[in-house]
Amino acid sequence: MKKYTDTGKKDTRSGFGDGLTELGRTNPNVVALCADLVGSLKMQDFIDENPERFFQVGIAEANMMGIAAGLTIGGKIPFTGTFANFSTGRVYDQIRQSIAYSDKNVKICASHAGLTLGEDGATHQILEDIGLMKMLPGMTVINTCDYNQTKAATIAIAEHHGPVYLRFGRPKVANFTPEDQKFEIGKAVMLNEGKDVTIIATGHLVWEALQAAEQLEEQGVSAEVINIHTIKPLDEAAILASVGKTGCVVTAEEHNFLGGLGESVARTLVQNHPAPQEFVATMDTFGESGTPEQLMQKYGLNAAAIVKAAQKVMKRK
Amino acid sequence: MPNTQQLEDFITQVRRDIVRQVHKVNSGHPGGSLGCAEFISVLYQEVMDRKEGFDMDGKGEDLFFLSNGHISPVFYSVLARSGYFPVEELNTFRLIDSRLQGHPTTHEGLPGVRVASGSLGQGMSVAIGAANSKKLNGDKHLVYSLHGDGELQEGQNWEAIMYAAANKVDNLISTVDRNYQQIDGCTDDVLPMGDLKVKFEAFGWDVLEIENGNDIQQVVDGLKEAKSRTGKGKPVCILLNTEMGHGVDFMMGSHKWHGVAPNDEQLETALAQNPETLGDY
Repeated sequence: MKKYTDTGKKDTRSGFGDGLTELGRTNPNVVALCADLVGSLKMQDFIDENPERFFQVGIAEANMMGIAAGLTIGGKIPFTGTFANFSTGRVYDQIRQSIAYSDKNVKICASHAGLTLGEDGATHQILEDIGLMKMLPGMTVINTCDYNQTKAATIAIAEHHGPVYLRFGRPKVANFTPEDQKFEIGKAVMLNEGKDVTIIATGHLVWEALQAAEQLEEQGVSAEVINIHTIKPLDEAAILASVGKTGCVVTAEEHNFLGGLGESVARTLVQNHPAPQEFVATMDTFGESGTPEQLMQKYGLNAAAIVKAAQKVMKRK
Repeated sequence: MPNTQQLEDFITQVRRDIVRQVHKVNSGHPGGSLGCAEFISVLYQEVMDRKEGFDMDGKGEDLFFLSNGHISPVFYSVLARSGYFPVEELNTFRLIDSRLQGHPTTHEGLPGVRVASGSLGQGMSVAIGAANSKKLNGDKHLVYSLHGDGELQEGQNWEAIMYAAANKVDNLISTVDRNYQQIDGCTDDVLPMGDLKVKFEAFGWDVLEIENGNDIQQVVDGLKEAKSRTGKGKPVCILLNTEMGHGVDFMMGSHKWHGVAPNDEQLETALAQNPETLGDY
């Protein structure tokens, strides 16, 4: 199988910060807003280079979403930055009315998504945000897997007209996708071709899926690994082509199994090509304090869990 | 610029449009719409610097955001009679397949609307964003917004009020329709808001009051005064005292006509009190 190398652990939020800095240099219409989390979102370089294009709104996320909507009137491309929890649940109605229903070109950039936020605990570990955002008509939903992909996605969404939810995380994780990649919204990335089982992963679980595929290979199982970075619009053709070949699928995400990538895949299969599916996701639960590794282990979001799910789903074929 | 008689005629026709729209579909919000007929009419006919036609970016012209979107009947009437879309389209208010949704939206492409409103408390933030966009573009034009007084109970307003003063958004004029009424009764009974002038000033705004927001001359003078106070480092707030239901005697001063349509007989009474001026649609 194809080998992927970790070129050195990096956080996906730094990919966002560096992507934003590059946009600051190349696109004069890009503006940024933050709700008192500049350091966490890695926005300082953009601010240093473009102080007039940055808006510090304080701890007032609802106001930030409204101001972002207003900034689009006159041609600006606003990027909002705060934690995923405060980027979605806290401001759902502002996003729904002032941004999504109003067709505003706002990029909602959300860090510290999921359990890997770690010790701060469940108040901050949102596991429902993909579901919330994908239900909004017209919203594009992206969950990137490493530093390089997050940087590329940040740059790519500036060229896409319409509201976007870009989800990334806090911890330093393997950086394994190409530095010079072209990020195509809505296009699945085939990471490893296989014939026995399809593993479809998003976000931090993509690296785990690759580790799982290696372990499965040692057991004589040929696993196909697909990275779905864009949950909406979903690359249904890639999913159907793969599951048509393997006959079963494991979905893996750092999100509640209700409302996440897995449900989108299940809906696609049910409508086109029903097939057995197993979900590696949180099972309708809140998180808790702990290290990212401990939490991913406890809630079953790692390579071992994916291997187990693959063995189970293959028996159901 | 229209003269006073022309403005009066315009506003009387707007009042007819309001009651006819809500009567036809037996739904909508006549009370607050009637109370703001002078303000929105004067704003569009006398005060705002507007370009011909409509484009979303609105560069090189003044912009208006209606935050209390439920008073869409008055907004639609003024927009139509200011040339944004055919007056006949008022016939489609709240009907299926219409651009004139119950609450205003950009979604159906209605010219003159730049953001959806209806879920309360969001418009000031949007207006601030648009005002910031104008500053970035070197556009000296102004941004106006209108808010219900009850709407100020929504917390997002106070985030926006704090932000606008702290960041010297001085190309913004936000007006509060102070009619002391909301759905469940008088604002002072539902949730008293205290002295709004003192509150806005404490947040750092320049505040002026229009004693009678249903007096055309006072509205003209107040808006011109507000304009003269822009560009001086502070956002400007107008406290606009209006009477809910103004111009239709049985609707005046009561919260009961916030969201109730007149029946056939009541419509005739209301229209008799506001004789046709510019022609019904």
